[in-house]
Amino acid sequence: MSALLETENLSIAFGGITAVDQVSLAVSPGQIHSVIGPNGAGKTTLFNLISGLYQPSGGRVNLAGEEVTGLPPEQLARRGLSRSFQNLQIFFRMSAVENVMVGCHRHERTGILSHLLALPNVRAENRNSREIAMAQLARVGLADLAEKEAGSLSYGALKRLEIARALATEPRILLLDEPAAGCNAVETEEIDRVIHDVAKAGIAILLVEHDMRLVMRISDEITVLERGRKLVSGKPDAVREDPRVIAAYLGTFGSEEANRA
Amino acid sequence: MPELLQFAFSGLTVGAVYALVALGFTLIYNASDVVNFAQGEFVMLGGMITVFLHLAGLPLPIAAVAAILITVLVGLALYAFAIDLARGSGAVQIIIITIGASIFLRGVAQVIFDKRFHALPAWFGSEPIRLGGAAILPQSLVVLAGAALIVALIFLMIDRTILGRAILATATNRLAARLVGIPVRRIVALSFALSAAIGAIAGLLVTPITLTSYDVGTLMALKGFAAAMLGGMGSAPGAIVGGVLLGLAESFGAGLISSKYKDAIAFLIILFTLFVRPQGLFGKRSTERV
Amino acid sequence: MERLLRNRWALVLALALVLAALPLVFPSNYYFRVAALVNIFALAAIGLNLLMGYAGQVSLGHAGFMGIGAYAVAIGASRFGLNGAVAMLAGAAIAGLLAFLVGRPILRLKGHYLAVATLGLGLLISMTLTNEAGWTGGPDGMAVPRLELFGLRLRGPDTWYMISAGALVLGVILALNLIESPTGRAMRAIHDSEIAARVVGVDVAAYKLKIFVISAIYASIAGSLMAFLNGHITPDGTAGFLRSVELVTMVVLGGLGSVLGAIVGAAMLVILPQALTIFHEYEHLLLGLIIMASMILLPRGVIPSLLARLRGGGA
Ligand SMILES: Nc1ncnc2c1ncn2[C@@H]1O[C@H](COP(=O)(O)OP(=O)(O)OP(=O)(O)O)[C@@H](O)[C@H]1O
Ligand SMILES: [Mg+2]
Repeated sequence: MSALLETENLSIAFGGITAVDQVSLAVSPGQIHSVIGPNGAGKTTLFNLISGLYQPSGGRVNLAGEEVTGLPPEQLARRGLSRSFQNLQIFFRMSAVENVMVGCHRHERTGILSHLLALPNVRAENRNSREIAMAQLARVGLADLAEKEAGSLSYGALKRLEIARALATEPRILLLDEPAAGCNAVETEEIDRVIHDVAKAGIAILLVEHDMRLVMRISDEITVLERGRKLVSGKPDAVREDPRVIAAYLGTFGSEEANRA
Repeated sequence: MPELLQFAFSGLTVGAVYALVALGFTLIYNASDVVNFAQGEFVMLGGMITVFLHLAGLPLPIAAVAAILITVLVGLALYAFAIDLARGSGAVQIIIITIGASIFLRGVAQVIFDKRFHALPAWFGSEPIRLGGAAILPQSLVVLAGAALIVALIFLMIDRTILGRAILATATNRLAARLVGIPVRRIVALSFALSAAIGAIAGLLVTPITLTSYDVGTLMALKGFAAAMLGGMGSAPGAIVGGVLLGLAESFGAGLISSKYKDAIAFLIILFTLFVRPQGLFGKRSTERV
Repeated sequence: MERLLRNRWALVLALALVLAALPLVFPSNYYFRVAALVNIFALAAIGLNLLMGYAGQVSLGHAGFMGIGAYAVAIGASRFGLNGAVAMLAGAAIAGLLAFLVGRPILRLKGHYLAVATLGLGLLISMTLTNEAGWTGGPDGMAVPRLELFGLRLRGPDTWYMISAGALVLGVILALNLIESPTGRAMRAIHDSEIAARVVGVDVAAYKLKIFVISAIYASIAGSLMAFLNGHITPDGTAGFLRSVELVTMVVLGGLGSVLGAIVGAAMLVILPQALTIFHEYEHLLLGLIIMASMILLPRGVIPSLLARLRGGGA
C-alpha cells in the first residue's frame, strides 16, 4: 500500500533549539501510526508542521503523492487532512453540535447572499450539516450532549468533541494529539474504540499519545521521537523491546511509564 | 535645504511629545495590559492647570509643579475609581472605559476652565535661534531636553532601582510577580501616577509652542497610541522611536506634501508599517503556540 | 422569556410590533426624531456587532463608513443629480468596496494593532471629508437634498421613523439569517479559535473580510438614513472618532454577540444623552460618565447579563 502522508526530513527550529530535526515518516490509509516520546520531544511541533500551522525550515510534506509543504491549514483541510489539539481548541460559545457543524464547512456550497436571505437551499444545507454532525457526535458517544453549549462540557467530552469535529470534515488522514490525555478509563476506552473504527473505515491516523497501553494495543507502526530526532520506528513489539527506547524512557519518563509500556 | 532642517526640527519637537505620551501608554500597558486612551488628557491637564493657576496669580514654577501633582492625583483616581473596579473585564471594555474617562475629563476641563486657546510664556524667551538657515525656538530645545531627561530617568529607574525591577517583573509575568510578593496593584497604580506625571510634564513643556485648550487631549492620545503601536506595543524604546518617527512624518508630510493632510499622512504611514510588520517596529514576532 | 429572547422569529415579530406601536404613543415630532435615531444607530450597531461580537474583530473606525453613506447621499444628489435612493446604494457600494480593498491587510492584524489600524482608517475617512471642502463643505458640513421617491417628497421625522424602522427590521432579519448559516458558524468559530477554524477548512482571512464588508455596508446605509433624517451633515457628526466610540460602546453595552443587544445599546446611548441635554454645559462630562459607568457596571452587556440572570433564576 502506498503512503497517503509522508514527511521527508522535516525540520524546524525556535531560536536555538531544533524542535523537530529531520523527521521522516509515512502513514497509509487505514493505518494507525503513533508518535511517542518524552515531554518536549517535538511531537506537537511535528503535528503543527504537518498541518500547516508552522512553516518548516527544511524538509517536505507529501499528501496523496502531492507536495503540500507550507500550505495553510485550511487548504490542507480541503485536501483531506484534519486534526485535534493537545490543548483544547473548542468553539466554546457554540453548542456541541454547532462545533461539529463547523467541521462540515468544507462540504457546504451555498453562498453568502443566500445565507443573508436564508434561501431554502441554505435551510436544506443547515439540516444536512446538522444530520452529519449528529452522526459524528453519536460516533464518539456525545449524541446526548448535542445541544449543550460547548463551554459547559467536561474535559473528556471536549476531547471527543474535537475528534467528532475533525471527522466531520471527512478527512483522509486524521492527526490526533493526545486524545486520551485527562480522560478517565471509560472515556479512554471509548476513544480507543473510535480510533479503531475510524481506521477501519480506511482513514489514515497519526496519533500522539502518552498512554502506552493504548498505543501498544492499537498502533500498526510507532515512531519514537527524542529531542526532535527520530530515535526508532517500527512495529510495537520491536519498539517496546528496543534498548534505545527503554533507555530514553528510563532517562526521562521515569520508570513508571516504562513499566506500563 | 534649510527648509528640510526646519521640518526636521519641528518634527523632532512634536515627536518628542508623542514619544512621551507613547511612553506613558507603554508604562501602563506593561504593568496592567490596559490601553489608556485618557493619556492625552494628562497632557491637556498639565498645560491647562498650569495656565489657570498662573492666571490665578501663582508663579509659573509653582503652578507647574502643582499641575503635575494634580494630574498625578487624577491619574490615581482614574485607576482607583475606574480601572481597578473593572478588573477582569475584557480588553475592549477597558478601552471603552478609558475613552469614556477621556471624554469625561475633557468635559470637566470645559466646565472648570473654558473653551479658548491658551498660551504659556516660553521659558527662555521666544527669540528664534538661527542654525544652518533654520529658525529654532528656544522652547523646542527645552522640549527636547526635557523629554530626553524624562526618558533617561525612567530608563534609569527601571534599570537600577528595586521599584524598577518590580515594575519589570510585573510586566513580564503578573501572576509570578504576585507570587513572589510584589504588590501588583500598587505597581499598577504607580504606573498610572507615573504616566500622568509624564503626560503633564509633556503638556507644560509644549504649551508655549503649540498652545493648549480643553480638547487637545484626544488627538494627542490617538497619536501617542499610534506611536506606541508603530514602535511595537509594550516596548519602551519602540514607543520613543515611534513617537519621534511620527512627529517627523507629520512635519515632513505637512511641509512637502500637504499641511491639511499632515495627520492623514501620519496614519497612512502607520497603516503601511503595520501591513509590513504587523507586530510594530520593535515588537517581537512570535509563533503562536498551540 | 429566555426562549423568547433566543427564538429569532419571535424576536423579529416582537421588534416589528413595538416599532409599529410606538407612533401611537409619541406625543410630538421630537419623539419620532429620537426614535428614528435609535433605529439608525441600531442598524449600524448590528452590523458592527456582526464584526465584533460574532467574528471577534474590533473596529474603532466604523463611523467612517457611516460618513461615506451620509456624504454619498448628500454629494450624489447635490452634485451628480442622483436620486437619493440610488445615491444611498452607491454609498453602500463604495463603503463595501473600500472595506474590501483595505480589509485584508487590516484584518491580518490582531488585538491592539487591529484597533489602531481601524482607528486610523476611520480618521483618514473623516479627515478626507473635512479637508475636501470643495465637495463636502468642510468642517461645517453640507445640506442634504430631500429624497424623492415615486413622486413623493420624503420629509419629516415621522416619515423617516417609518423608513428607518423598516430598515432596522430588515437589518435584523438579514443578520439573524446570517448568524444561523454556514457563514455565521464560520465567523463564530473564528471568534473562539482561529486555529481550530482553519484546520477544519475555514478560510479565516476570507471570512473576516466578508464580515467586514457586510458591517461596512450596514454602517453606510445607517449613515445615509441619518443624513436624510437630519437634512444636514458634518464630518464629525457622521464619521468622527467619537461616533466610532459610540458605536463600539453601543455594541458592548447591549451585549457582544446579541442582535437584540445592539438595539438596546443603541437605544440607551441615543436616549440617555437626549434626556440630559438640559445639562447642556455638562454634556461631555455626563457622556463620559455614562460610558464609564455602563462598562464598569455591565461589562458583559445588558442582554447577556439578563439572559444569565433568567437562566440562573429559572434553574
Ligand atoms: N511556538 C513555539 N515557540 C518556541 N518554542 C516552541 C514553540 N513550539 C514548541 N516549542 C518548543 O519545541 C519543543 C518541542 O515542543 P512540543 O510541544 O512539540 O513537545 P511535545 O513532544 O508535544 O511535548 P508534550 O509531550 O509535553 O506535549 C519544546 O522545547 C518547546 O518549548
Ligand atoms: Mg505535545
